[in-house]
Amino acid sequence: MVVARLEMRGISKEYFGNKVLKSVNLSVAPGEIHALVGENGAGKSTLMNILFGMPVIRNTGGFEGKVFIDGKAVDITSPEEAMAHGIGMVHQEFMLLPGFTVTENIKLNREITRPNLASRFFGEKLEILDFYRMREDAKKALRRMELDLDEMLPVAGLPVGFMQFVEIARELDKETLNLLILDEPTAVLTESDAETLLQVMKRLSSQGISILFITHRLNEVLQVADNITVLRDGEVVAELESRKATVDQLAELMVGRKIEVTSRSERHSTENVKPVLSIRDLHVDMPGESVHGVSLDVMKGEILGIGGLAGHGKIGIANGIMGLFPSRGSVYMDGKEVRLNSPISALNSGMAFVSEDRRGTGLLLEESIELNIAVQAMQSQDKFLKKIILLRIADMKAIREHAQKMIKELDIRCTGPDQLTRRLSGGNQQKVCIAKALTLEPSILFVSEPTRGIDVGAKKIVLDLLVRLNQELGVTIVMTSSELAELRSICDRIAIIYKGRLEGILPIDASDRDFGLLMAGELSYHRKEAS
Amino acid sequence: MNRENSHKPEWSERIREWARDFGVARSIILLFLAILLVAALIMGLPMSQLFSSILSRFGMNAILVLAMIPTIQSGTGPNFGLPLGIACGLVAAVLSIELDMRGFQALFFAVGLGALLGAVTGYLYGLLLNKVKGQEMTVGTYFGFSIVSLMCIFWFMAPFKSPEMIWPYGGNGLRVTISLQDRFDKVLNNFLEFEVFGASIPTGLLLFVAVFCLIVWIFMRSKTGVALSTVGANPRFAESCGLSVNKYRVIGSVFSQALAAVGIVIYAQTFGFIQLYMAPLYMAFFAVASVLIGGASLNRATVWHAMIGCFLFQSILVVSMPVANVLVAENLSEVARIIISNGIILYALTRREAGGDVR
Repeated sequence: MVVARLEMRGISKEYFGNKVLKSVNLSVAPGEIHALVGENGAGKSTLMNILFGMPVIRNTGGFEGKVFIDGKAVDITSPEEAMAHGIGMVHQEFMLLPGFTVTENIKLNREITRPNLASRFFGEKLEILDFYRMREDAKKALRRMELDLDEMLPVAGLPVGFMQFVEIARELDKETLNLLILDEPTAVLTESDAETLLQVMKRLSSQGISILFITHRLNEVLQVADNITVLRDGEVVAELESRKATVDQLAELMVGRKIEVTSRSERHSTENVKPVLSIRDLHVDMPGESVHGVSLDVMKGEILGIGGLAGHGKIGIANGIMGLFPSRGSVYMDGKEVRLNSPISALNSGMAFVSEDRRGTGLLLEESIELNIAVQAMQSQDKFLKKIILLRIADMKAIREHAQKMIKELDIRCTGPDQLTRRLSGGNQQKVCIAKALTLEPSILFVSEPTRGIDVGAKKIVLDLLVRLNQELGVTIVMTSSELAELRSICDRIAIIYKGRLEGILPIDASDRDFGLLMAGELSYHRKEAS
Repeated sequence: MNRENSHKPEWSERIREWARDFGVARSIILLFLAILLVAALIMGLPMSQLFSSILSRFGMNAILVLAMIPTIQSGTGPNFGLPLGIACGLVAAVLSIELDMRGFQALFFAVGLGALLGAVTGYLYGLLLNKVKGQEMTVGTYFGFSIVSLMCIFWFMAPFKSPEMIWPYGGNGLRVTISLQDRFDKVLNNFLEFEVFGASIPTGLLLFVAVFCLIVWIFMRSKTGVALSTVGANPRFAESCGLSVNKYRVIGSVFSQALAAVGIVIYAQTFGFIQLYMAPLYMAFFAVASVLIGGASLNRATVWHAMIGCFLFQSILVVSMPVANVLVAENLSEVARIIISNGIILYALTRREAGGDVR
């Protein structure tokens, strides 16, 4: 049997008591294309960070398990060491200098130089670049991918697809490279560019380079990969040969049903209920989460979930409606149109928002809990004010009383209403955000990523709280979350967003396969094929 | 971080927290002041005189320091563009003399007109600050310098006729220092003034300052004031509350420059002279240093910070002057003033937290 190029055995990793990888095994043979698939948060990035020796792993307490390269146990503690072992990584975000040429980018920090007079006295740093040889090397790397690209062009003007190839060429140029990691390489590419990339990958693997390929696009996986590992919740749930796998099967494995106790006793039926909020052709220009024409109805009294993978625009919807990012389209609340790009008209029409950016948008970290809870209602609805002669003064007593009520009702653990929100734990900060939104007495509450960055126990409390608000106060809730299991545990129906558009709406008891297919955009892919 | 289980923090922890809130800079200044006072006592300097001098200098500068609060709270940092408001106050003050007013009439005319002019120029200055977000302090400093120079031309060209103000030998322009002796010199200081242990208490001045503290305090608790503080604390949060960030930054600037105009009139009132031309050049720095000594940061300040800071800063100046004169040489107090004020500003700048707007 051939010795595996890479073998990871029993890898476990904890972040602050939160297990993100549980005894993961992974093995890649020489010249193999191995795909790693899984939802956001399944542990793919963590696994790659471990392999690449990223400092974040060491800083958070290291990991358990062993890594073997070509059969030898190695201890990779920095990206430099990983490179020395022949591992190259192409990140999701391009790491290129736009003003430099393709050649300069490929040879960055590994320039070929010639000594001159000055460098003899002052050291290597003053040597002259040997551009001729650098160009030759760059050409060679590009040729290995059989690409026709002028190596002297500046990177700035290149199409996105080519930037990706420059990144790969940079890795190829390292003589020792024998394992290439591609982190969602096709996410930003057009279909034809993605096609070319897949060709390139095949070509490289035929040259003996092993490729570890992380992606969400299941059809690509089946097209190029030899073997597939599916991660879910930090565990390997399946290792299969791609010849025997199907898209449906992968989708089901990826999403999986997680066992989680729900506190939801009864659910609303959405039939025969009129929509309280209608969204028509909404476009939102939110960096990294842009929305391109979503139309959606929210029914009175329901909990609507909005799901989808990161970067596909699910978060942009609530932010756009609340006027926090530039948007266009139309939004109707109880039949009346709500002005977009105006937070105040969104608030006045009875919407409230718990932001996913808790510490940035959601809270005044240097202010007290009571002020955080009161200030939005004070400014938009003139609550907590008393009139003294001509001035409207903040009614500190009413603010204090209200804060105490909220602290009690939502069980915010704090030293008192005057504690700074910076000093609270994530879960309690989230409760302050929810209290702030409730103070507005909204008829619709938008909640974005309510459990992001808070520990498991607090997660359940926050979710239970949302259900209670819905049932006891009749608040319609639109919850956006990256965690499908979470959406399924409390929502009535779930809308899946893919590439800024609504891919479909599913009832919570739809099969894992259907959710997986929607999230991976396979339906629209097949639709396109059919037409 | 995990303090949620201990509902009542331990006393030791409370004291430690209180000490941390009090700050290193303030502790050092306080220690310095204590040493100076002990030295003054040992040297047998007249303490009652020192004390009344402290009170009077405190009142004289207090409103200029108060002017820092609205801009700090609205997120534009300490108002380094203070000379703009000061220039407005000075224009109002010389106008009161030109119109031949005297006593309280002259003072209130100068205060009222100064505040009005300050508000108008503050509006324009606020628009400028909105164009240079993130650079307010640097832009403000150079804007202040420019205004002082620009006003030099004004003082020189303005067609004032009052013989008390133009050069004694005739010609164009106003004098560098204009005496207020027959105008509103110390009208507030002398109002209800009384003596305790030989120290005179400038009751009227302190009352006037107290009224302005109350005005600022109430304003910061009004709906507008809370909105202004919200904008300063977190612009993204403010936007999500439906507040216009730019609008409240302008309001902060308007209020600050109006206070600056009032402040310089009160300053001149206690000092007994109106100082024109280059005199306002560094006034902003002393006011900024005062509020920072008081415990304010570059983005959070209260009336308490302004008052405590103004008192500490002026006390040091008053006490260090005679002590230094006896111990070392003359003029050292001026050097001390510059070292302390610039040192404090430098200290505050190094402690600036990066990035207010987390987008």
